[in-house]
Amino acid sequence: MSALIRIEGVSKRFGNFAAVDDVSLDIRENEFFALLGPSGCGKTTLLRMLAGLEVPSEGRILIDGQDMANVAPNKRPVNMVFQSYAVFPHMTVAQNVGYGLRIDGVARAEIEGRVREALGLVKLDGLEARKPDQLSGGQRQRVALARALIKRPKVLLLDEPLSALDAKLRETMRSELAMIQDQVGVTFVMVTHDQDEALAMACRCGVMHKGQLQQVATPADLYEYPANRFVADFIGSVNLFEGRLALDQPDQARVEVPGLGASIWVDHGVTGATGGTVWAAIRPEKIELHHRGAQADVGGGDPPPLPAGTPVDANLLEGSVRHSSYLGSETVYEIEVAGGRMVKVLRSNVRRYEERAFEVGDVVWLSWSPQAPAVLLS
Amino acid sequence: MSKSRPAPLDYLARWPLRLWIGLVALFLYAPLVTLIAFSFNESRRNIVWTGFTLDWYGAVVNDGDLLEAFGNSLTIAALSTVISVILGALIAVAMWRFRFPLKPAFEGALALPIVVPEICMGVAMLVFFSRVMPWPTDLPWPLDLGAIIIAHISFSFPFVAVIVRARLASFNRELEEAAKDLGASEWRAFIDVLVPHMRPALIAGGLLAFTLSLDDFVITFFTAGPDTVTFPVKVYSMVRFSVTPEVNAASTMLIVVTVLLTAIGLRLQGRDIAKLEGGQ
Repeated sequence: MSALIRIEGVSKRFGNFAAVDDVSLDIRENEFFALLGPSGCGKTTLLRMLAGLEVPSEGRILIDGQDMANVAPNKRPVNMVFQSYAVFPHMTVAQNVGYGLRIDGVARAEIEGRVREALGLVKLDGLEARKPDQLSGGQRQRVALARALIKRPKVLLLDEPLSALDAKLRETMRSELAMIQDQVGVTFVMVTHDQDEALAMACRCGVMHKGQLQQVATPADLYEYPANRFVADFIGSVNLFEGRLALDQPDQARVEVPGLGASIWVDHGVTGATGGTVWAAIRPEKIELHHRGAQADVGGGDPPPLPAGTPVDANLLEGSVRHSSYLGSETVYEIEVAGGRMVKVLRSNVRRYEERAFEVGDVVWLSWSPQAPAVLLS
Repeated sequence: MSKSRPAPLDYLARWPLRLWIGLVALFLYAPLVTLIAFSFNESRRNIVWTGFTLDWYGAVVNDGDLLEAFGNSLTIAALSTVISVILGALIAVAMWRFRFPLKPAFEGALALPIVVPEICMGVAMLVFFSRVMPWPTDLPWPLDLGAIIIAHISFSFPFVAVIVRARLASFNRELEEAAKDLGASEWRAFIDVLVPHMRPALIAGGLLAFTLSLDDFVITFFTAGPDTVTFPVKVYSMVRFSVTPEVNAASTMLIVVTVLLTAIGLRLQGRDIAKLEGGQ
């Protein structure tokens, strides 16, 4: 797969503030790419630079091998779905969708046919004559989508496309957007602050923070192999342990966390500076809970078996359940461990009834496999 | 309490408020009604009602001077309205879109013609057109009205600019970006997206400019050359001798024209606003 969009060292400064700071990125043909980050991270500015609505302060952007430096927004092979949808209020649905073709001077008969085809794609058949004020939010968004796709752009840019929709509609639009992308075979670049949205829809995501690109990876890699603490924390929920890299060999590594009462041992090398500060990130669902006994018999009960080779005092913690939130499909427990530290543990509710559920106040063992922690150097 | 407190709109059903509304309407409209009524008075003098007649309307229609003045007024109003609307709208767009040095000063200066007393404007125009830029007097119609038209534009375009500027505040700039993104040039986006949004304000501003121009006396009086007479100036000169029902008849015709135009304008504007607001 070749790179359709190549962003090379692009920065955008507003005064002293760098909204986008030295971003380099390749986006491939037919890819669904998501730019993900908290508000103010520069993702929308980057998208607007692709559309030509902002001019980079530094660096260059190539689309299909062509430098976009002096190409005006109306001459670029990209179209955009705006956050507010920006459906023209004084035009009918058909006029809105056909606007781009009308500008290009396409024959009336062809416009009619293509408008019908585009409206069919977004399932708005029969609403040609409606005015935008007679449409629901979801329908208006479909108009914006059809209007942007009708010009058959090489790249479709979507700025927070689902943020203005209600939760149920968002779910359906998610899969529908992915299906439409599949059908038209256009490269989609989407900006979103919603990690679920990005993970569910995109082939690859770029996580941005403070104008910088933190990591570009597939959703699974972002979640399981975050590049740094920001990504680990931003994508999903995580337990972070700051510690010292005590041991680092090709087949194992150990992080010593002061005051935790156990070290964190992983079955792979880290290639960091031994003795340096590192962070071990463990996802809540990768920690196992075991009963240790009632409050009365603290000290009793055997620890759960750990995989062979696990060093003593590693990957095993004692704690007591402080809080539990039942979420239907799963329950999230907050467990207090040595030093008053709180650890989040997530358990799937695979059974409807459990003989010995974990209750607040229970004393428990926490354990995890040596593959569970991700060791982060920054 | 034996009686329940009335809802806000119920107060209108009580006699003190009705009386108040009646008095307001009386003071507003009684002079106009009198003016219109006496335009049908048979007597030459305006004070005693002697009988009904349409003769005065006939007199107006046959009064060449008055008709010329009326024509002049309408021409001046039409031309100054068109130019004021274009100029005012462009200034409003410039103020809304761009930042430039001394913008606050410029914005303040723009409002000056609205606040400066008319008499001062009149004198200023008189001096300007006699000393700085004398307007030739022997031009063919309607160019001979140039000085008055320029004067009228200068006091009406700020009103248009203020109204359009207020309207632009509610414009979603993504609409314009969307038009450009779909291939529209700067000009096309302006015509296809921004102008439709401004339309209600353009109509309101145009209406205001038209009525301001049509009934302006002071500034016109100072700017007009000896040979140009507009309707208000002509009426003034007629009144100086005596208030005949002919003046009443002419005024009534003017009232009818303005009321009609206002009604049409408001209708158009109302439809437009309903359409646009609904689409937001």
